Amino acid sequence: MNKTQITAEAGVPLIIVTRAFDAPRDLVFRAHTDPGLLVRWLGPRDLTLTVERHDPRDGGRWRYVHTDAQGNRYAYHGVFHGDPSPDAIVQTFEYEGAPGQVKLDTTTLEQRGDKTVVRTVSAFASVDQRDAMIASGMERGTHDSGDRLAELLDKLQASRAGREGEDR
Amino acid sequence: MATDRLSLVFGALADPTRREILTRLAEGEATVAELAAPFSMSQPAISKHLKVLEQAGLVSRTRRATARLSRLEAEPLREVTTWLARYQRFWDESHERLDELLAALQARQEDHE
Repeated sequence: MNKTQITAEAGVPLIIVTRAFDAPRDLVFRAHTDPGLLVRWLGPRDLTLTVERHDPRDGGRWRYVHTDAQGNRYAYHGVFHGDPSPDAIVQTFEYEGAPGQVKLDTTTLEQRGDKTVVRTVSAFASVDQRDAMIASGMERGTHDSGDRLAELLDKLQASRAGREGEDR
Repeated sequence: MATDRLSLVFGALADPTRREILTRLAEGEATVAELAAPFSMSQPAISKHLKVLEQAGLVSRTRRATARLSRLEAEPLREVTTWLARYQRFWDESHERLDELLAALQARQEDHE
């Protein structure tokens, strides 16, 4: 089974996230750059992702907003550096709740047999910024209890047949 | 947890000797001599490592009669695990969803062929 690996070494302002997917590289790339597909996977299930801006080219801007069931909004934005390709998607990332703290994300997609390995290296300005980001910025991902998640999964699986017709 | 404390804990855990010391202390309190025994290292060198662990809150030191004992403090370790687990959950859940999406997209491609 494929597993998400996260590396955050002491004293180095980096986080490296690696995951293999059972899909060809071009399809995984599309899932990362097509806003219609992005909203279907990026972030926890109990948040709704809205892509307010998405211009995947050198200097193009992006802005995403996650909204929870209570209507709280969590907005992020940044800029693409270089035209995104499966070899490298390079973009800055700034959580609007912590303005001025900008990280640089470099995502590479590597085909290995039937799998595509996605590796994102996030570079922060300092170790403190990285640690604070992990401690608070992604907190929203967590409040799902196991029960609630299991319920949600059942629902999604039940409606999956219906959803598959919506692609393209 | 304050981020400076977190940095201290991560700094302390970055060294393999210090991780070995913590593993040993998980079995129970020990003197510096006992901790130094498995390593080809002097007691002052081990004491130096203990000081780093102590500053990070991972080890406390007590006196019993003439012996100075080191004891593992597990709470900061638990906090560190929680800290990374949050981030891990965000990406685990995103990636599970991406798996489902990619499977659905590929199933559709096969239908078209």
